[in-house]
Amino acid sequence: MENKMHLEFPSFSQNESFARMVISAFVTPLDPTIEELSDIKTAVSEAVTNAIIHGYESKIGTVYMDGEIDDNKLTIVIKDDGKGIEDITKARQPLFTSRPDLDRSGMGFTIMETFMDSMDLISVPDKGTTVIMTKLINTKR
Amino acid sequence: MDLKIVKKNNTLFVSLNGDIDHHNSEIIKDKVDEGIIKYHCKNLIFDMSTVDFMDSSGIGLILGRYKRINALDGNMCVVSNDKLKKILEMSGIDKIIKIFHSLERAKEYSGRYF
Repeated sequence: MENKMHLEFPSFSQNESFARMVISAFVTPLDPTIEELSDIKTAVSEAVTNAIIHGYESKIGTVYMDGEIDDNKLTIVIKDDGKGIEDITKARQPLFTSRPDLDRSGMGFTIMETFMDSMDLISVPDKGTTVIMTKLINTKR
Repeated sequence: MDLKIVKKNNTLFVSLNGDIDHHNSEIIKDKVDEGIIKYHCKNLIFDMSTVDFMDSSGIGLILGRYKRINALDGNMCVVSNDKLKKILEMSGIDKIIKIFHSLERAKEYSGRYF
């Protein structure tokens, strides 16, 4: 099976649930298990939340989500044009948060890495951040 | 997302429904912190047994309340379900906060130790 999708939405926090609903609907034809679906929704939620609170902080910008299905491989790209990450290595460390003033756990990237098969991060300060994640959906054989 | 806050004895019971993400956790956080002050409670039970989805914002929410409750010298526990198991375990939160799988067990525990 092959399919593609593209979504753009303003960085309002209520759009986090919207992004989860869209990705769920997009992968449903692959017949993922409940656990696979939950993993994908969680990873998307983390990436979109990062774009909203770290990428754009208090400003409202556009969050982009692209999805691609190639056979049983799912690729998700979540991008923002926000402030970017200065130190990617530090940002990827478990429990690191740039906003200790908020109740953030610093688990976002660790969850994306663990719940998906791969997670790549491209970020340029003042240009934005792109997260690329892939996962094989095992139920389709 | 649905939120109910009830005070029984010296314990605040917070029941949550639906999704706990960044958007909802901000709302929950404000209401719970307000409840802790308003009801002068130092103990907290988070009933998340009917929560459908939780991301790391939920971990931040639990840890943040844990810090508050700890500062008041109180106790806290969480009622979880199978959907939350993976994220709670990977966060390591189960090593510092008691997690139960039914509200009855949490009540039993709080009756004895809170």
